[in-house]
Amino acid sequence: MQFDFAMVLAFAVAAVGFVLANLLLGALVRPKFPDPEKDVIYECGERPIGRAWFNFNPRFYIVALVFVIFEVEVALTIPVALVFREWVFKDMGWVALAEILVFIGILFVGLVWLWVRRDLEWIRRLDLRPGRQAADQSR
Amino acid sequence: MREFLDEIIRDRLGQDPASWALTQGVYLVAMMAAGIALTTFGALFAGLTSWWERRIAARMQSRVGPNRVGPQGILQFLADALKLLVKEDLISSASDRWLFRAAPYFVVAGFALTFVVLPFGYHLSATRMNVGLFYVLSVTALVVVGILISGWASNSKWALFGGIRAAAQVVSYEIPAGLVILVPVLMAGSLNLHDIIRAQGGWPWDWYLFQTPMGYAGFFILFVALLAEGNRTPFDLPEAESELVSGYNTEYSGMRFAYFFLTEFGNLWVMSAVMTTCFLGGWQVPGVSAENLARWEALHQVPGWFYLVSAAVFCAKTLLLANVVIWIRWTFPRVRVDQMMSLCWKYLVPAAMALVVLAAVTELMSFELFGEAARVQAPLFSLRGLIHFAFFAAGGLVPAVLFFRKTFRNISFVGDRVRPLSNW
Repeated sequence: MQFDFAMVLAFAVAAVGFVLANLLLGALVRPKFPDPEKDVIYECGERPIGRAWFNFNPRFYIVALVFVIFEVEVALTIPVALVFREWVFKDMGWVALAEILVFIGILFVGLVWLWVRRDLEWIRRLDLRPGRQAADQSR
Repeated sequence: MREFLDEIIRDRLGQDPASWALTQGVYLVAMMAAGIALTTFGALFAGLTSWWERRIAARMQSRVGPNRVGPQGILQFLADALKLLVKEDLISSASDRWLFRAAPYFVVAGFALTFVVLPFGYHLSATRMNVGLFYVLSVTALVVVGILISGWASNSKWALFGGIRAAAQVVSYEIPAGLVILVPVLMAGSLNLHDIIRAQGGWPWDWYLFQTPMGYAGFFILFVALLAEGNRTPFDLPEAESELVSGYNTEYSGMRFAYFFLTEFGNLWVMSAVMTTCFLGGWQVPGVSAENLARWEALHQVPGWFYLVSAAVFCAKTLLLANVVIWIRWTFPRVRVDQMMSLCWKYLVPAAMALVVLAAVTELMSFELFGEAARVQAPLFSLRGLIHFAFFAAGGLVPAVLFFRKTFRNISFVGDRVRPLSNW
């Protein structure tokens, strides 16, 4: 077990070393001619307008939140799935099945909730809400 | 791998590895050697794939493709690497310099770390970690971190949009992938990649792909999810050239750019190897049954050819899948961002949930019906095999037939003649 995770460390060192070694090697041979034109951020040949660190579509935050919740649920389901077969042969399969059903059930309720709230639509159309349509048409 | 080393120390050198003071040092050297060797393997595979993919793309589009450097142009990737190595390294002073520099490390680490558990053949893998599949899921998530960092740190609008799109996409498709991976875990009762392979058999009907409808449907869900996680066409939205210039790596040049490129091509091996392990029987050699293997192991007489043949079988399956991915890339157009999201959340996630429950119920039912006999896979010609087959035919073949009917209808709808062998 310790060997396995020491191996992970060794691979991490190898991966970082691989990137670092090639960059260092490159630093010896590549040219360096700084130029104010090269320093400009690419924006289709125009001068960039402002910075890129601005507010972006809040949909991405919702996706991230949903991901965190679902992923934690999946991570908690994995141990149950892992011992499931063992439990089945110990004749405790129904207990394990109930547990899996509870886990997946919670996830499913969450998914239905998202679906009903239309958070799964990429482009959320506010005018589809009841009551909004008349207001939009009169505009 | 530790077992290998212990065996060598014990049998060849006649020492006891547990009591030997130098063992830890030997382990350390072996670990670093494995790390460097497999990282190099990943980089070489990525390079060769970049050449191979360009050749296939050229063939499919009636072009020539790279054919000058070396025989058939096979050394093209070395020329490319050399070119990128001597390119000027541009880091804009407007960007977040430290995060900008850090991003390639995350991306390459997320790729190289998967090789800790990926099998290459019977007993051929760096480790046989007991949490293997879970580990693969977790370290591949490092790639997203790198992509998000690179998109944000560039201070470029294209890179930012590419980065957050990539994050949203990869993160979304991790849910169906994580759920559907539970299907082979439920059927094998282990997260260890080698155990999952050993629970399957050598012949195609022993693979999880053809065992139950859950394996069959799970294969396709995992395939689509991994395509999307690897940012491969038709899910290459984060780097959609026509919309986002180059996506999250717009501001990168030279060697730093090469790492993103390397990871993308190298991930082809990772995803194909995971698919092969979970559903295609991994390194199982047709004709060598589980009892055979167990007998060899009990006698400590696993023949040398078995290592080679199993590695060949595994690599053949993996390369075949990788070629399918390349084929898909040059066949399908890109999906839209809203289609990508709805495919994930409205189709794949509910389907994956249903598959997990179904797989659990099937496990339970086969125990209730057959008792201890359910511990091993059903023989082909038996009542259990028959039930499995009927179940598979009902749950797996019907969607396939519907799919082909739909395809033929679409073909005839646009006025083409349906020729089943050449319409593809």
